[in-house]
Amino acid sequence: MPDCHAAVAAPERTRLAEAGTPVIALAGQPNMGKSTVFNLLTGLNQHVGNWPGKTVERREGRFDLNGRQALLVDLPGTYSLTANSPEEVIAREFILREKPDLVVAVVSAANLERSLYLVAELAALDAPLVVALNMMDVAEQEGLRVEPHVLEAALGVPVVPMVASKAAGVRELLTVAERVLNGEQAAGPRPPEVRADHCQILAQIEAQIAPHVPAPYPSSWIALKLLEGDAEVTRLMQASMPPETWEAVHDILRAHDDAFLAVASGRYEWIGRLVRAAVTRPRVGQIGLTERLDRWAAHPFWGLVLLAGILGLVFWLTFTIGAPLQAWLEQAAVAPLAGLAAEALTEVPFWLQGLMVDGLIGGVGSVLTFLPILVIFFAAFALLEDVGYMARAAYVMDNLMHLMGLHGKSFLPLFLGFGCNVPAVMGTRVIDSWPARLLTILIAPLVPCTARMAVVAFIAPAFFGANALWVTWGLVLLSLLALVASGALLNRVIFKGQRSAFIMEMPLYHIPNLRTIGLLVWQRSIAFVKKAGTAILAMAMLVWALSYLPGGDLNSSYLARFGQFLEPVGRWMGFDWRLTVALITSFPAKENAIATLGVLFGVSPEAGLTELLAASYSTATALSFLVVTMLFIPCMATVAVTRQETGSWRWTLLSVFLLLALSMAAGAVTYHLAVWMGV
Amino acid sequence: MPDSQPPFPLADLEAGREAVIVEFKAGRAVTSRLASLGLTPGVRVNMVQNYGRGPLIVTARGTRLALGRGEAAKILVERGNHA
Ligand SMILES: Nc1nc2c(ncn2[C@@H]2O[C@H](COP(=O)(O)OP(=O)(O)O)[C@@H](O)[C@H]2O)c(=O)[nH]1
Ligand SMILES: [Mg+2]
Repeated sequence: MPDCHAAVAAPERTRLAEAGTPVIALAGQPNMGKSTVFNLLTGLNQHVGNWPGKTVERREGRFDLNGRQALLVDLPGTYSLTANSPEEVIAREFILREKPDLVVAVVSAANLERSLYLVAELAALDAPLVVALNMMDVAEQEGLRVEPHVLEAALGVPVVPMVASKAAGVRELLTVAERVLNGEQAAGPRPPEVRADHCQILAQIEAQIAPHVPAPYPSSWIALKLLEGDAEVTRLMQASMPPETWEAVHDILRAHDDAFLAVASGRYEWIGRLVRAAVTRPRVGQIGLTERLDRWAAHPFWGLVLLAGILGLVFWLTFTIGAPLQAWLEQAAVAPLAGLAAEALTEVPFWLQGLMVDGLIGGVGSVLTFLPILVIFFAAFALLEDVGYMARAAYVMDNLMHLMGLHGKSFLPLFLGFGCNVPAVMGTRVIDSWPARLLTILIAPLVPCTARMAVVAFIAPAFFGANALWVTWGLVLLSLLALVASGALLNRVIFKGQRSAFIMEMPLYHIPNLRTIGLLVWQRSIAFVKKAGTAILAMAMLVWALSYLPGGDLNSSYLARFGQFLEPVGRWMGFDWRLTVALITSFPAKENAIATLGVLFGVSPEAGLTELLAASYSTATALSFLVVTMLFIPCMATVAVTRQETGSWRWTLLSVFLLLALSMAAGAVTYHLAVWMGV
Repeated sequence: MPDSQPPFPLADLEAGREAVIVEFKAGRAVTSRLASLGLTPGVRVNMVQNYGRGPLIVTARGTRLALGRGEAAKILVERGNHA
């Protein structure tokens, strides 16, 4: 068999540690423990942002590599490096363009055959590679015995056994990384060969394209990706080559458009040889925990019951722990603080006192009291994600999602939407087809986010007492019904009933890792506090200023005039001008509705906002306000990411108007129905 | 066991049964994603859950995968003892 790769000399690598801070990239398929390794190394010392021009999350962090600082970049988790999604392109572009000093590939010892597929692709990129052989404990539980040194010899790169969730093997990983960075240990993998029947063709393509391949790309890799039919690389080479030469290459590719499976099979043959050598005791046939749990969790009926139960439990926790804690914070912290500040600030001008007491403490303080509620939500979702339940939720929701022409995977971003609609819209990137993604983006704002739930959690108990939980359930159900109905309608009208492929890994269930969950909760909470400190603070100040100017009297203020101007519209839904204003100010952030009411009613040490509200409005008005809040136009941040993700103002505005019409209609119906029924 | 049976869609494989993939009828994009998750011609798949409607669960190469019924209908398999 001719060796296709013998001719490709490894390029010189000169960037090594000379710049001072070595750059290490962390690669891996999803669910292999990549985040666990990343968190283990960087701890709280990490930065979460976006990849340039993309909304794919980019995490990087600094850590101490035996006395010197190193930069760790967490590449997006991908199954392969073929351009199936933006994540795959980001991962390979980073390795090819930024040339990290080391790539650490996280693989699972319990699932070597599949997880080495990415390693097979990484090996073709000529980057120095170290394999972190994670999940050694799971392999052992399943009766597998994996020999790291055999794998190391066969792969030609260092292999470090690890149990990342127990922090085992980290020191060894760092030592090996250090040795590779210092050039003391070889880390140049032997890439897999293409199957013999396609070897000639690959050589032919490479010869044709080699003079035209643009800068950082190795021509052998480009040839391989062309043979695989990679859309990005095909576009790149078409643009880089004279038309006649490209035509010649294109003809070869067309004649071998089945080559993709030959390349993939070649990789699995390579993997098969590695696995046969390294796994000395195969898996014993046993029905695992995952199998047993899935009989319930993935059952078409019981799975749905379980999902409803889990969601119910999360809301119940919110009401029994979060809401009282929130109320207590308001009584015990915000109100006394407002009183203290009012006393302390008697010397300063009256407007400054008002700004501090009503604007800052009343507005932002009220919003911050929601933190316990949000933490409960964040923790619940992080936990469900970490144990591996989310894929089951997607699976059992597949049938329901079909009503909207979507499939189960669309449920994942929607599920995320219960936390916040912004990550939900961004999370639609897991959906493979554009129409399905667009549809999911359009309906995502109908998922009641924590901010809206916070408003509900605040207002519902004031009016419905012990029945607040049922009212909340009803509101959630109403939102979800509106979501399904809008989705089905949009799918009929705009998308003409197209469907995309549903292919999803069902990860094994795991004991949750408290560190991973804690970090997630921490990061999301910090993001919320920052939002409260900036956007919400600004809004609270603005609202306060508008309620104070021009004469210092609320009832003749600009805000009152604006609210009174719109009051006729608000009346349809039973609102007075204050509720109308609260609704409008919820656009920058949903929680603002409470902050605004806090300012408009004025918090005093004697009476919290809840009592004041209950004394001012009828139950019908409260119910209508809750319904409108649930369905109202997406918040500013969601509109911004919708514009960013759809790249179109047309779709963005459609989304806004759709929800505006829907919420007002639903509010008007609710109010009049409630009045008619004598609520 | 003779394997004279013609290839049939994976969607028709009963839960608890095994079969070997022979061919994909799906487009390149879907095939490429299936391959990166371990589904290639010649691989043995085990049907874990198949209620005759809705999505189904298979295992292949030690991985559990959920597939839509439409996708599973485009994967042709055959019974028998391939390597
Ligand atoms: N038993 C075991 N679980 C692990 C190990 N490493 C990570 N996990 C768990 O595997 C799950 C997925 O890990 P995560 O780091 O989120 O995977 P990622 O998708 O690759 O980022 C989490 O529940 C981890 O706690 C390990 O070595 N052993
Ligand atoms: Mg992760």
